[in-house]
Amino acid sequence: MSTLERGPARSEPADVPRPLEVDAPAAVPGPREALRRLAQGELGSLRVLIVLAIVWIVFAIAHDRFLTAVNLTNLALQIAAVGTISIGVVLVLLLGEIDLSVGAVSGLAAAVMASLSAKAGWPAVPAILAALGTGAAIGLFQGTVTTRLEIPSFVVTLAGLLGWQGALLAVLGTTGTVNLTAPGIVDLANTFYSDAVGWIVAGLAVAAIVGGALLNRRRRTRAGLRPEPLAALVLRLVAATVAIVGAVAILNADRGVPLALLILVGLVVLVDALTTRTVFGRHIYAVGGNAEATRRAGVNVATLRTMVFVLASTLAAAGGVLEASRLLAVNQSSGGGDLLLLAIAGPVIAGVSLFGGRGRVWAALLGALVIGSISNGMDLLALASSVKFMVTGGVLLAAVALDALARKRRRAHGRI
Amino acid sequence: MREGGDRLSGVPDHGTPLLALRGIEKRFGAVNALAGVDFDVRAGEVVALAGDNGAGKSTLVNVITGVGPADAGDVAFDGEPVRIGTPHDAAALGIAAVYQDLALCDNLDVVANLFLGQEARRGGRRGPLDGVAMEQRAGTLLASLSIGGLDDVRREVGTMSGGQRQSVAITRALLGEARLVVLDEPTAALGVVQTEQVLALVRRLRDRELGVVLVSHNLADVFAVADRITVLRLGRNAGTFPADAARRSEVVAAITGVSGDLTPAAAREVRG
Repeated sequence: MSTLERGPARSEPADVPRPLEVDAPAAVPGPREALRRLAQGELGSLRVLIVLAIVWIVFAIAHDRFLTAVNLTNLALQIAAVGTISIGVVLVLLLGEIDLSVGAVSGLAAAVMASLSAKAGWPAVPAILAALGTGAAIGLFQGTVTTRLEIPSFVVTLAGLLGWQGALLAVLGTTGTVNLTAPGIVDLANTFYSDAVGWIVAGLAVAAIVGGALLNRRRRTRAGLRPEPLAALVLRLVAATVAIVGAVAILNADRGVPLALLILVGLVVLVDALTTRTVFGRHIYAVGGNAEATRRAGVNVATLRTMVFVLASTLAAAGGVLEASRLLAVNQSSGGGDLLLLAIAGPVIAGVSLFGGRGRVWAALLGALVIGSISNGMDLLALASSVKFMVTGGVLLAAVALDALARKRRRAHGRI
Repeated sequence: MREGGDRLSGVPDHGTPLLALRGIEKRFGAVNALAGVDFDVRAGEVVALAGDNGAGKSTLVNVITGVGPADAGDVAFDGEPVRIGTPHDAAALGIAAVYQDLALCDNLDVVANLFLGQEARRGGRRGPLDGVAMEQRAGTLLASLSIGGLDDVRREVGTMSGGQRQSVAITRALLGEARLVVLDEPTAALGVVQTEQVLALVRRLRDRELGVVLVSHNLADVFAVADRITVLRLGRNAGTFPADAARRSEVVAAITGVSGDLTPAAAREVRG
């Protein structure tokens, strides 16, 4: 859930009561009102948390090792890569576009890094930067083709999906698999911080969230604007604090806070700030809402779109690097399989609209948690791949159906 | 100011017009969409542009807003000859257009829509969004225009009524220091109450000494709010009239090209 100042662009239905909507009597909606909002999808992030809770309860009952510190730490490691890729997918979805090449790009970028590191003997940092640069270049190419030639991004990135997979095979060459041993790369997914470091990080995060919220509140009050109702603010801060402290406590009970999770959360916070607090981010939402209106308002929509594709491919490359670091190898199936579909399904489950303009970057993390939990739980239960695919597909369909129902109800209540 | 073809019927000339068009020509292939059209708007005046379908209203609006520049003719803004070649030229002069489709982002709130493309930033040109400043300014502006129902400026525009959306679109035109506002069929899709809201807003624009060009099919609205009515027919001036309900039949005659009084039934038909 958002821990940042809620920018005015706030284009996703609020997960807290709207500050200015509440007229005198009920500062906080009653249970009935809260239920109505939930049904209408206004509490988007809360809904995904409920889905997550259900998934966890089901697997906790089905397998006694699911809700253990060891397994939840494993879960954190497993979702780092797909969550990172999903951040870029959220950005593209916000535009009302799609990027089908993120899986292939993540595989190719990882292969570039692995080749440079293991075959050419490059140090870790330049090899990782080369991987990210590969992603950025691919994004620039695909974005330019999409915007300048006005070809649907669906087609351009579908071509990319095939093309970059071919490039992956070419980069790997005859060896097929490249094992990673360079410390700097391996450390990404295999570093765990001590309990003390974990608590310091938690303390800093809570302090930043509370401080930021109070600062924002003071600015609004000073400017004579109605601040968010105190009860909602406190509820939000308490929820965020509980989540952070709880996560660190669980992770510390096992190996400690993993670096990979910090990278994922850090990227989510960073990109969320980009989308809600900058003019660039505001324009991403605007294009998703009405591209022509945004163009007429003087925004260079083509450049904006291209930049978003660059960001998406770069984040996909970062996800590929994380995944390679976790698996300690890159092979011909890297970035393939269901990675692409899970990276898109996660944000959609967490409430990002496929039609653009609605959703928050946090959906990348929450969606990856839901998808990752399902996958992790079914692995614990040793279910067959056939069942896993069908269950994951069912969950995705259910989530999208819920979203569609919420939209229909909003329409029925005169809200678009 | 030299009046070109002065067909102003008894309307006195109040100094330099804010916008003066003379002898505007516009051709689309073989079609002469505008043939020597003259048009004036003064500050603090609402001029309605009336005419039947195909009379050249939209073409003239596009000339004013730079969307479709004139092939020939003179344009003067504040008495100075200018060229409006692009929408950007028009915006630089202080000409704001509100199109029929409103060009709003339904997924954004009122503040975000008002400031779209001209967002306030904290700490200079590269800084982050200044949400507080924008919300403050939006609130002040909306209050000064006493636009009802928009007291929650964080509300998503997609959840609003047609009249409120129209009000947001018009208000947006005022953020950029506009001096002339072109409204294209602002009441076309609105109910009675909402139409009245929008017309009240148009009057407040006039009170702020803005020039307003109102394109409308609806003669009832035109007579309710305009100071003058310029009628186009088949791409030519068909007269300019004071918006006096007593001269309604003259206006109708100018629109239809039928001289003399229409039968009441035919007049109703023309009014649509």
